[in-house]
Amino acid sequence: MGAALEIRNLHVSVEDQPILRGVNLTVQQGEVHALMGPNGSGKSTLANTIMGHPAYAITAGQLIFDGEDLLELETDERARLGLFMAFQYPVAIPGVTVANFLRNAINARMKSQDPESKGIGIPAFRKLMLDKMDLLQMDKSFGGRYLNDGFSGGEKKRAEILQMAVMEPQIAIMDETDSGLDIDALRVVSEGVNTLSGPELGVLVITHYQRILNYIKPQYVHIMLDGQIAESGGPELAVHLEEHGYDWLREKQNGNGK
Amino acid sequence: MATRRRVAREFKAPPFTRADVEAVSARYDEPDWLRQLRLEAWATYEGTPMPTTKDEPWRRTDYRHINWDSAGTLLAPNGGQLDDIPAASRQPLLGEEQGGMLAFVDDVVVHHEVSEALTGQGVIFTDLRTAAVEHPDLVRDHFMTHAITPETGKFAALNAALWTHGTFLYVPRGKTVELPAHSIFYTTQPGVSLGHMLVVLEEGAQIDYLHESLSPTLDVDGSFIGATELIVKDGANLRFVSLQDWGHHMFEFSHQRARVGNDAQLDWITGQMGSKFVKAFLEIDLDGQGSWGRMSAVYFPDGKQFMDLDTQQNHNAPHTTSDLLFKGVLKDESRSVWQGMIKALPGAQKTDGFQANRNMLMGNKTRADSIPGLEIEADDVRCTHASATGQIEEEMIYYLMTRGLPRDEAVKLAVDGFFVPVLDRIPFENVRDRMLAYVERKLLGHD
Ligand SMILES: Nc1ncnc2c1ncn2[C@@H]1O[C@H](COP(=O)(O)OP(=O)(O)OP(=O)(O)O)[C@@H](O)[C@H]1O
Ligand SMILES: [Mg+2]
Repeated sequence: MGAALEIRNLHVSVEDQPILRGVNLTVQQGEVHALMGPNGSGKSTLANTIMGHPAYAITAGQLIFDGEDLLELETDERARLGLFMAFQYPVAIPGVTVANFLRNAINARMKSQDPESKGIGIPAFRKLMLDKMDLLQMDKSFGGRYLNDGFSGGEKKRAEILQMAVMEPQIAIMDETDSGLDIDALRVVSEGVNTLSGPELGVLVITHYQRILNYIKPQYVHIMLDGQIAESGGPELAVHLEEHGYDWLREKQNGNGK
Repeated sequence: MATRRRVAREFKAPPFTRADVEAVSARYDEPDWLRQLRLEAWATYEGTPMPTTKDEPWRRTDYRHINWDSAGTLLAPNGGQLDDIPAASRQPLLGEEQGGMLAFVDDVVVHHEVSEALTGQGVIFTDLRTAAVEHPDLVRDHFMTHAITPETGKFAALNAALWTHGTFLYVPRGKTVELPAHSIFYTTQPGVSLGHMLVVLEEGAQIDYLHESLSPTLDVDGSFIGATELIVKDGANLRFVSLQDWGHHMFEFSHQRARVGNDAQLDWITGQMGSKFVKAFLEIDLDGQGSWGRMSAVYFPDGKQFMDLDTQQNHNAPHTTSDLLFKGVLKDESRSVWQGMIKALPGAQKTDGFQANRNMLMGNKTRADSIPGLEIEADDVRCTHASATGQIEEEMIYYLMTRGLPRDEAVKLAVDGFFVPVLDRIPFENVRDRMLAYVERKLLGHD
């Protein structure tokens, strides 16, 4: 069995305001999970907490990846262990080209595995980058642009998946990668993700829409409501949501509570 | 109330006398006209008070901590060699080639080469004293007549009276010079060095020029009192790069000014890395119709460094364009001041002036003052400025770290990216690389 990301009873606050209130979820390498839920329910908070964003304070619970306690690790160490997050809102890095950035990221990983490593050679890197760009049907000129700087919404999302393809993570969280992509781009990007997936890759797809799940097919669907996973099920749960929205779930919760 | 005893700290002048001026002039057996110029400048110097923090350009810039006992002693040449200069600075600028190199150690020429390609075109690239003897008319016409004069300020007058060494670059009418010129001022001793640079491009001439000033760090104060004159005549095109990497004991006081003729172009890039204290006046005068001038800077003080870059974009003629981009990163307890003025004279219609200053602060003990200014007397102009100063963006660092970059590498990438738009204007790849190496050294340093 491969590595697993285990989220156990996770409570998270931002500026003393509780946001996540006891989240439990396990994603194994090779599995595809979808995480849905209304705006503000805490999906991005969960993703960023997993990556170690400094604004999110864990007040209780555990985060474990491949047997390691993530809470002990800095963001970069978590990434080098094999965790990846595609941002809902990617950050622009002016002056740093996509190519330069990717090479730095690869080298950082190689150096952490072997302090003597000289990093990836230029020709090998070029080939790797161009192959992955082909996979995502990106123009070659992309490598020379400043990362996310002046990118359109769709270009940003594509660039996130390009990074994922180059970094080859064990577990990838895709936070609303589908929003901002046009219909063709959604297909291209999803097919790109599918080429990467297999027994080596676990994916947590955060989305509001069923559509991306037609391409990237989840075995499990979870619904987050007010900082908790309120419901888990199979792919049919996403279809149900598309038709009925979240009210039934809220009612069910309230009913349970009373 | 009890009277409090205050130690009155004065804006003390360096301890020079007229005898120093005569001695410097005699040391090289200068022509009479030059000696005369020095003595007149000395009279101007004596008649000009030392600037104080009551003077607007010096309001934020207090040099009273300078120890003139060491920083005001003229250097005594002690057999310095080209090899004393760090190898990175001595490299040719383009692959194996450069058009000429002129290097000074402790004010003395230690290396002078000019390729036949340049001499064949009539280019003169030599030290200023030799030029004054061999090309007296050219030097007399341009030396402290167009750009800087002794009346420009106290330190300009001092440089005029007491300059100890200098460079002269002259490109004749219509000559496009392919290979760049390169000069170096290097000092190994504490004391004062007074350098003068005179660049003259005749009509339609074109060249790229790199100058660098540097020294190791010593444990007592030193100073550099400099003047740079760039004269770019009608239709000429100069790209000028100047790098400053003095040791952390150096105080620099310099006046640097360019005059740009009709349809001429000046692209001026400066990198400010070293020194303890800098007060540099950088000015572009767009004198001719259709002229274009761009001034760009990167500066990166750390420790307790202080840098004041005081710029002026003077639109003196119609249809002129100026563009300024100054970008600074500040670390530790360093401070910077950028004050920039765009001026447009009454006749300077259809001018376009722009200035932007951006500062990235690392830590809350740094301080960057950014003071843009406009003085517009023409009515049909477009002059704008932008400035922004803020702490390094944590969201950016976090994003980079989620890709596996350790914090210090993430910071380096963000800082490199911040500087890149300016560095991309430097026409020499190995100079760009060296600037990035400076940045890395600064980021890794723990002072
Ligand atoms: N850095 C932050 N500072 C302040 N509040 C925050 C921060 N991050 C999240 N929050 C708050 O936490 C709650 C959950 O936000 P989060 O971004 O996790 O929601 P989401 O489920 O991803 O929503 P969406 O579907 O709109 O992306 C919101 O109320 C939000 O305002
Ligand atoms: Mg979100």
